[in-house]
Amino acid sequence: MSSIPTNLKYLESHEWARAEADGTVTVGISDHAQNALGDLVFVEVPEVGRTLAKGTAAAVVESVKAASDVYSPVSGEVIAANEALSGSPELVNTDPYGEGWLFKLKPSNTAELAQLLDAAAYGKIVESDG
Amino acid sequence: MPFIPHTEDDVREMLAAIGAPNIDALFEEIPAALRTRELTGIPDALTEMEVGRLMRSRARKDGTPINFIGAGAYEHHIPAAVWAIVTRGEFYSAYTPYQAEASQGTLQLLYEYQTMMTRLTGMQVSNASLYDGASALAEAALMSVRAHRRSKSARILVPASVNPTYLSVARAITEGQNVKFDVLPYASSSGTFDPGSLSAFEGQDITAVVIQHPNFFGLFEDVDAITDWAHANGSLVIAVVNPLSLAILKPPGEWGSKGVDIVVGEGQPLGVPLSSGGPYFGFMTARMEHVRQMPGRIIGRTVDLDGKPGFTLTLQAREQHIRRSKATSNICTNQGLLVTAATIYMSLLGSKGLERVAAASQTQTDKLIAALTRIDGVKLAFTGPRFHEAVLRLNKPVKPVLAALAERGIVGGYDLSNHYPELGHALLVCATEMRTDGEIEEYANALREVTSDG
Amino acid sequence: MSEPLIFTQSRSGRSAAGQYPHEAAARVPEKLRRKKPAALPEVSELQAVRHFTRLSQLNFSIDTHFYPLGSCTMKYNPRACNQFAMLPEFLGRHPLAPDAVSQGFLECMFELQEMLKEVTGMKGVSLTPMAGAQGEFAGVAMIRAYHRARGDLERNEIIVPDAAHGTNPATATMCGCVVIEIPSLSNGDIDVDALKQSLGPKTAGIMLTNPSTLGVFERRIQEVAKLVHEAGGLLYYDGANLNAILGKVRPGDMGFDVIHMNLHKTFSTPHGGGGPGSGAVGVGQRLLPFMPIPVVARQENGYRWLDERDVPQTIGRLSAFMGNAGVLLRAYIYMLMLGRPGMQRVAEYAALNANYLLARLRAAGFDAAYPQRRASHEFIITVKRQAKELGVNAMDFAKRLLDFGFHAPTTYFPLLVPECLLIEPTETEAKQDLDGFVEAMIAIQREAEQEPQKLKGAPHTLPVRRLDDVRAAKQLDLAYVEAV
Repeated sequence: MSSIPTNLKYLESHEWARAEADGTVTVGISDHAQNALGDLVFVEVPEVGRTLAKGTAAAVVESVKAASDVYSPVSGEVIAANEALSGSPELVNTDPYGEGWLFKLKPSNTAELAQLLDAAAYGKIVESDG
Repeated sequence: MPFIPHTEDDVREMLAAIGAPNIDALFEEIPAALRTRELTGIPDALTEMEVGRLMRSRARKDGTPINFIGAGAYEHHIPAAVWAIVTRGEFYSAYTPYQAEASQGTLQLLYEYQTMMTRLTGMQVSNASLYDGASALAEAALMSVRAHRRSKSARILVPASVNPTYLSVARAITEGQNVKFDVLPYASSSGTFDPGSLSAFEGQDITAVVIQHPNFFGLFEDVDAITDWAHANGSLVIAVVNPLSLAILKPPGEWGSKGVDIVVGEGQPLGVPLSSGGPYFGFMTARMEHVRQMPGRIIGRTVDLDGKPGFTLTLQAREQHIRRSKATSNICTNQGLLVTAATIYMSLLGSKGLERVAAASQTQTDKLIAALTRIDGVKLAFTGPRFHEAVLRLNKPVKPVLAALAERGIVGGYDLSNHYPELGHALLVCATEMRTDGEIEEYANALREVTSDG
Repeated sequence: MSEPLIFTQSRSGRSAAGQYPHEAAARVPEKLRRKKPAALPEVSELQAVRHFTRLSQLNFSIDTHFYPLGSCTMKYNPRACNQFAMLPEFLGRHPLAPDAVSQGFLECMFELQEMLKEVTGMKGVSLTPMAGAQGEFAGVAMIRAYHRARGDLERNEIIVPDAAHGTNPATATMCGCVVIEIPSLSNGDIDVDALKQSLGPKTAGIMLTNPSTLGVFERRIQEVAKLVHEAGGLLYYDGANLNAILGKVRPGDMGFDVIHMNLHKTFSTPHGGGGPGSGAVGVGQRLLPFMPIPVVARQENGYRWLDERDVPQTIGRLSAFMGNAGVLLRAYIYMLMLGRPGMQRVAEYAALNANYLLARLRAAGFDAAYPQRRASHEFIITVKRQAKELGVNAMDFAKRLLDFGFHAPTTYFPLLVPECLLIEPTETEAKQDLDGFVEAMIAIQREAEQEPQKLKGAPHTLPVRRLDDVRAAKQLDLAYVEAV
């Protein structure tokens, strides 16, 4: 069973978002998603300073057999990208909710966070994915 | 039945296993109204002997005229060993190496090819081939748009001294993605592109600049100045080169102060026969930083379960079978068999041999120019340093001259009047190492006859 | 068994000097001259011949192995096609040689165009696309040009079933179109209701493979054609599976407006370790003005190439010359040797072999993905059950088949069927070879039950064992660098 921390919010397309104390939002992909992709060999993160609308393709995660776009769960400006992933994409596999984060946003509309799935709702989606 | 091994007993047993009364029943899901009646437009079958007779008679009609055309396809000697090996069934009748363990021969060969091409062009990475030189330029243009993250214009500068057909193909293939090619005139006195004319574009958002060297007229361009201007202007540089010329010319990886970004060209001069225009192969090499934007197959060396070295297709997530509508290109099949020929050719010739072929071609072309320009009414259009092609100006229209030469068993060159009307009665000629002094004299005699009639 | 890289066999000063032309000195201005020779191999002729011959021996190929790679139509490539396409006059002909010294070649090309029109039921054929994907590009570009010429500028949506080859959506994108994906039903047909919902004023066309990549014939094709045409769109036929219907039903009669043919599949030109292919396109009346050039025409004074002046609305040129001429000659020779009856036998025996192999594998306990359907020229087996119960997947079956001397079927495509093997035997395989494949599959199934590690570790008998693809993608080694 994949892990689905309850303190995070999720998208149906398997991204997670964490509201930080300083008002920023950190984004990554779920344990279920990294498991389905297999060993990651490349991660493309967004440029810092880029403005993203909710739902735009912001990053790409690539394994030998698949490549997936990562969509931004909320709108905002990219304030940091996880540069460690360029040398060690496997961090997404080993620690998807920690060292394997993808980028941080300064959200432009905090109300969007509330519209995301909670862990229970996301868990149901993962279950039906088989 | 040609190529079908089934005996009547086989068919009976197989239908019984399927539980079908006859072969026709296997097509029962096709609506009856759609079923084809007889294919009346297809002739009766020929035996191998008959088809051989027919093809030899067709071939004889075309004969073996002496060829003096280049214009993107060049007649070089091909060592006998090259095609003897290429047509071995293990290369000829294998497919894309999806099952790496059962395709190590093809994979290792492609890795060796990639290595040779990076060394020849002075770049870091090579793909395993594209269709031909023209479509390779189209792919390079699209790649430059993806690779240049800051440029938003998809605007590419192309001197008119680039092969005009390459430009047409690049336009046809990139049109749907809104790539814009700005064609810049060449200097009418030299036949080469004047880097000074780029100053008009200073500060503009230009995604890439294309340089063909030697250019379509066979002349050397000022590659250093153009490359440096492009980089100073924040543009990428796409080089279009004849791979054989790189045996004697500075590789694109060393042009200007930091070298070009993408190199493409027609691989045909490396062991592939003229064969009416194909199959040839396009090559592409680039800087390592652009590898994920490259189209086409790429082979990597890795290890197996036991730690033993082996080869496999890699970076496949760029490709259509995984990335589908977001792939770098729709290319799937490339030109594997022709790359096999090129790899064997380069191994047999080595850099020393390639240098000799290039130098001999240049020398024979000089002799050809000397012989033809001795004829009244035949002049050399551009006198600058060149590789193995030259533009001649005639005193009468080129087309009838070529037709008259063809009657004398000579394919005399490529008529430039369609693409370059400003050059007048201009003819592009080429002599490779294959053309003997005697053949050059024969051409000169024929041209003298043809141009002096009326 | 392995062969060292040719670079490690190289020794400074060694050469195959018999291949060199006479000595000549190059003249290049100093600043354009190459200073350091490219480090190409320095080997003798025998070393090169031996090296590349040995490499060839590391390959599986049609000439050496049964190669049931689904969707690729790996049938026998007759040697005569190669020999007669490589007559010296054809090999030596420059593509820009005047028509007067090209009539023999042009006649072959013209007749090939005519024969391809006849077998597909189309009105015109252009031979220039250099591979299937380029044929697809030509097709979609023609559809775009057609709508544009009518002032119908909004039509930029291309509908593609989810089972389609990746080249379909990739091509639509290259042509500047938007891809609309529609699902397949559990019986393998396309979901016509979903199609109806996708059609509209922005529909440019639909790309279909029929029989589909699921190995079944699209039974409601006439209805699909009617719906798409009524919505103002055109139908594109992906000829990847033309071998299944050659001589039985023609795409033109099914209602398609444009088709590409993979001559390296249906018309048996060599696959060459990944090319050259050839993706000739056929068009119906509506798209005739837009065909890619050049095209051969027969006129009073002989054959000639039509160009921009003859076809002013053309989508343009797709290659520097006229496509993969040598491949076209091989396809032409193949068609002449098959003739009318032989052409109709292709689909019959391809279907017989596929349905027989399917019946035998099912009898041996394997699960068909579409058990209620006839197979076309190929079919899908799923080992989802084995994966769940025994922990061995489609990849393990594929790799173990290599040890038994069979090239693996296509695996993990189409993406909709889990743990799938897409199997295409082609018409040129004999019954006993098909029986041998079934025996191997039975033996592998037994191993899966008794000693699954044997599958997991396969192949065991090839030049290398399973390769580390993750390492290949992470630690890129794409060109050899000599150790210093």
